[in-house]
Amino acid sequence: MITYLEAIREAQAKALTDDPRVYIYGQDVGRFGGAFKATKNLAHEFPGRVLDAPISEDAMVGSAIGAAIEGMRPIVEIQYADFSTPGFNQIVNHAASLYWRTRVPCPITVRLPSGGTAGSGPFHSQSMEGVYAQYPGLVILTPATVEDAYSMLLEAVAIDDPVLFCEHKYLYYHLKAEGLPTEALPVGKARIARPGRDVTVVTYSAMVHEALAAAEELSGEGYEVEVVDLRSIKPIDTDTVLASVARTGRLLAVGEAWPWGGVTAEVVARVASEGLALLDAPPRRLNAKNTPIPFHPNLWGTHRPTAPTVARALRDLLRL
Amino acid sequence: MLLARVLEEKLASLYRAGKINGGVFLGKGQEALSASLGMSLRKGDIFAPLIRDQAGRLAFGEDILEAVRTYMGSALGPMRGREGNVHRGRPKDGYYAMISHLGAMISVVCGGLIARRFKGEKGVVGATCIGDGGTSTGAFHEALNLAAVEKLPLVLLIANNQFAYSTPNDREFACHDLVDRAIGYGVEGHKVDATDLDACLDVVGRAVARAREGHGPQMVVASLLRLSGHGEHDDASYIPEALKAAHLGQDCLKTAECTLLDRKWISPEELAELTGSIQQQVEEAIATVQREPAPDPATETWCALATPGLDDTFCA
Ligand SMILES: Cc1ncc(C[n+]2csc(CCOP(=O)(O)OP(=O)(O)O)c2C)c(N)n1
Repeated sequence: MITYLEAIREAQAKALTDDPRVYIYGQDVGRFGGAFKATKNLAHEFPGRVLDAPISEDAMVGSAIGAAIEGMRPIVEIQYADFSTPGFNQIVNHAASLYWRTRVPCPITVRLPSGGTAGSGPFHSQSMEGVYAQYPGLVILTPATVEDAYSMLLEAVAIDDPVLFCEHKYLYYHLKAEGLPTEALPVGKARIARPGRDVTVVTYSAMVHEALAAAEELSGEGYEVEVVDLRSIKPIDTDTVLASVARTGRLLAVGEAWPWGGVTAEVVARVASEGLALLDAPPRRLNAKNTPIPFHPNLWGTHRPTAPTVARALRDLLRL
Repeated sequence: MLLARVLEEKLASLYRAGKINGGVFLGKGQEALSASLGMSLRKGDIFAPLIRDQAGRLAFGEDILEAVRTYMGSALGPMRGREGNVHRGRPKDGYYAMISHLGAMISVVCGGLIARRFKGEKGVVGATCIGDGGTSTGAFHEALNLAAVEKLPLVLLIANNQFAYSTPNDREFACHDLVDRAIGYGVEGHKVDATDLDACLDVVGRAVARAREGHGPQMVVASLLRLSGHGEHDDASYIPEALKAAHLGQDCLKTAECTLLDRKWISPEELAELTGSIQQQVEEAIATVQREPAPDPATETWCALATPGLDDTFCA
């Protein structure tokens, strides 16, 4: 059995083995193996290529951009996605614009340990993908499975553009698979995580599992819920979303990020503008609550969407 | 220096005539410093110039056509109308293209040097410039600290021209002298009077040599006065007359010309001839670029990715 976190470690080990241009840079990633151990033993196995960084997110990303200009393919580990804000400028203004401005590609991978876990509080729980998705020039991946964590991270490193790899901390240890995948859907393709014909849930990352649990619950009530795992939120595979809505006639977009704008709003907007006639009911969204992310598990469990709240939203939608 | 001055004066006059989109930012008074850096660097080094580095860009090998094309928005320029004025470069040749955000280029040069180290290249130097105001950014601090931790061959040139746009130094920082910060970062610090070309060549040259020899990051703090507005839209009426009349307010170019004449390394006739031929070179470049096509929105790709297949087609 291999966990989501181990898959991320294995993908990095493979990238370092296969490509001498790859190196890893981040706080505590060296001998210590990273705050979550995503780089465990890599410094030992790949001497000189897994470097501890000072607590300087702007300079970490900036230096990765410079190294990419010179032909390297850096992987930057931000300790928590929340702490990418000091590096925001280099990500959105520099990495994202480099190719467009200069015709020199910027193949950096920024790993963002994202999303909430019980007890993590407002500054160790955020889902930043929607914020970054606003900026042109970035590819944003949100793997929901062990297999995707592995194959999409390898793809991220191979892509000639800056990739934000939003790996979900809740899935790190919870999610296990039999082994590493030998084949995978390409980046940019969504996946039908569960087929159904009554309603479509479009979601990504940890929320895929809440949606699958909700679908299971509703199957007991006689409803077949289709769950679409976006896998990548920039680009969004709009075709797969529309095809699913064409089958079910109903859409619920679920995300762990905040409700103002973001991925779920984008999905609803696309379906409304390209597929209004496919809909038998108004498209709906379910997101986290519009406050900072609370510390206490009781509050946190209510702040973010969970299987019961997804199920409730689906029942409401199915009644319309 | 002279070419930079003549070129920039011409660009300023085109700006006043309304022939340039966006701003024009001059390095007037900063040419000795900037040129000294460009001349001390070699092919194969990394250079990330900033706003007032026309002289350094030319000394590092920029063709004046690239400058004129970027200012005038020619489709044939390195930035193809996507970027203007000082936001230009050829990163593949080690000549990085600045983004506007002050402080941002320092860590990027650090990364370039880290890559060169991975590749086993020896004797490479990476240089970048910043103003007094830019030293107050977090990016400046993060990057210089990173350079020191990694002992990178970085040369950081700080042009203390006394003002950041309109803000005087006493509203920008409170240390006695910016060079005192060097010890705090664990890097070597140098001071230079940037009105004096000889001093600039000497001090900047030494800093570049020390970086090349493996002595780690070098911080050069140069004192001078900005002899223009922040940009050509700005009359800089906030700069006190007394400061302009003081030593700092001397024009490095005029001083350098006088020195050359005093030392009889050039005759007044030769200087006039040189100036004339440079003016002609600039006029020709502008005439050339004025005949060039502007960027065409119909043939623009409107794609920001190097991997067009990953572009979000719904956004197209
Ligand atoms: C991070 C950031 N904030 C604000 C600006 C706007 N800005 C452009 S130049 C400038 C003044 C820069 O002063 P200084 O660094 O001293 O350089 P100088 O213009 O004097 O050469 C300002 C505030 C900017 N480019 N970047």
